[in-house]
Amino acid sequence: MRYAILCYHDEKVVCSWSQEEDDAVMARLSVIHDRLVREGKLGPSARLLPTTAATTLRKDRDPPLVLDGPFAETKEQLLGFYVLDCASLEEVLAIAKELAQANPGGAYEIRPIGLLNPGAAVM
Amino acid sequence: MTDATWLGAVLAAARPRAVAALLRYFRDLDLAEEAFQEACLKALTVWPRNGPPRDVAAWLITVGRNAGLDTVRRLGRHQSLPTDTDIADPIDAEAAMLERIDAGDYRDDMLRLLFICCQPDLAANQQIALALRIVCGLSVRQIARAFLVSEAAMEQRITRAKARIATAAVPFSAPGPAERAERLAAVAAMIYLVFNEGYTTGVAERGARAPLCAEAIRLARLLLDLYPGEPGLMGLTGLMLLHHARAAARFDSDGNAVLLANQDRSLWNRPMIAEGQALVDKAMRHGRPDPYLLQAAIAVAHTRADRAEQTDWAEIDRLYAVLERLQPSPIVTLNRAVAAASVRGPVEALAMIEPLAAALSRYFYFHGARGAFLRDLGRTDEARDAFSRAISLANTAAEAAYIRQQLDDLDADAATPGRKP
Repeated sequence: MRYAILCYHDEKVVCSWSQEEDDAVMARLSVIHDRLVREGKLGPSARLLPTTAATTLRKDRDPPLVLDGPFAETKEQLLGFYVLDCASLEEVLAIAKELAQANPGGAYEIRPIGLLNPGAAVM
Repeated sequence: MTDATWLGAVLAAARPRAVAALLRYFRDLDLAEEAFQEACLKALTVWPRNGPPRDVAAWLITVGRNAGLDTVRRLGRHQSLPTDTDIADPIDAEAAMLERIDAGDYRDDMLRLLFICCQPDLAANQQIALALRIVCGLSVRQIARAFLVSEAAMEQRITRAKARIATAAVPFSAPGPAERAERLAAVAAMIYLVFNEGYTTGVAERGARAPLCAEAIRLARLLLDLYPGEPGLMGLTGLMLLHHARAAARFDSDGNAVLLANQDRSLWNRPMIAEGQALVDKAMRHGRPDPYLLQAAIAVAHTRADRAEQTDWAEIDRLYAVLERLQPSPIVTLNRAVAAASVRGPVEALAMIEPLAAALSRYFYFHGARGAFLRDLGRTDEARDAFSRAISLANTAAEAAYIRQQLDDLDADAATPGRKP
């Protein structure tokens, strides 16, 4: 089963990390990422720029409305995501807990993926 | 990440919002800051035991408010405080508190806290010090280091600035639209001051001052978060990100400044550039030209070139032309002329800057640029004079060395006639 892990965190907290703290988190995460890739479990993953860089298209009207900022004003923001291939929810949860050790604070939402298209290689 | 660094980051992130709300409540900056400190102390003892609250800022505001009320009572101060009943258990009261701090309050609170730091009768360095102390929560010691002054001197500067604020009439009523726009412009200018204080610095000071750039960007993001549809704020934030992205390439290993054209572009911070570009793209959609935005767009044009020779000077010339109309200044015209020289040739560029001679007679870059235009026109003797004048006005060894190189090249060209300049 494919799963998405959606990473939520207070971006004000993440933005107040010093470069060293940020580097340390990323270094700890990359150890786990590398292992998961070797095991064939981790697909693409992304770290999103802050929500101040976001633009929202409200398409519930015609013509659609373009708004500055994120879709939802929330205390914690969607700051990244992983795509994983795992045998069970238990396995994803174990991985999420391991990631959480390396990157504490905020929350991971685990969502099974219904349809996954590989698309073009945009890297 | 250790608990202590995690806690530090959480408190730092919540600080502006909490202090801003406490300031509205107590209408006294010292009291608001003290109350916040008390709340932080409590957080340090309670959170590691019980875990952090769901809404950190609301918790700090509630606990800080109670601590501040205690102080007020103890000192017997009679102030007209809002008549909310005292709240015994902050955790239970969180939801009620949250309701009261609605989005509108929050925006006005934050803007007021930032605006308080940019009272017009405060000198620029006082404004910066105050913003770093009050909004960013840097210690007096950290700020003193950034300004390369003693801690005692900085303490005094901040105390004086606070005394001025105390006597100034700080508006606590919700601002009207025109007033809000005015405050926003003043705060944006103050944030850019903080950034420039950190940016215009030699390498010896770089370590100490670098945090100022990061703090300015943090403040700008904070403000943009409150006013997500302001193209000027997007421009300001983008401008600072795009400049700061080049930090690692701006000085060589000896600490000399490296000119943009000679920077190792692989050292530029790509995510920061991407964020800056995204903000400029967003802002451009509004079709409302703004000086910060135009400068940011010029920075984007520079970062789009993988090598200096690939720079789109026509685009930069066009953007400077708009900036020149919007905010005329000799410096802007000079910068435009440098771009124009690559697009339309040195004759036109020279004609653009000749009228600036009086205004910029003591300006290094003016004579450097003039020398380059004259050289390209084959007016070697005049070019040599201009370069010599530039050297005498150089601010750093790197600037002088760069012009020395130009002079040496001139001499080499003179020695081998027929070589293309």
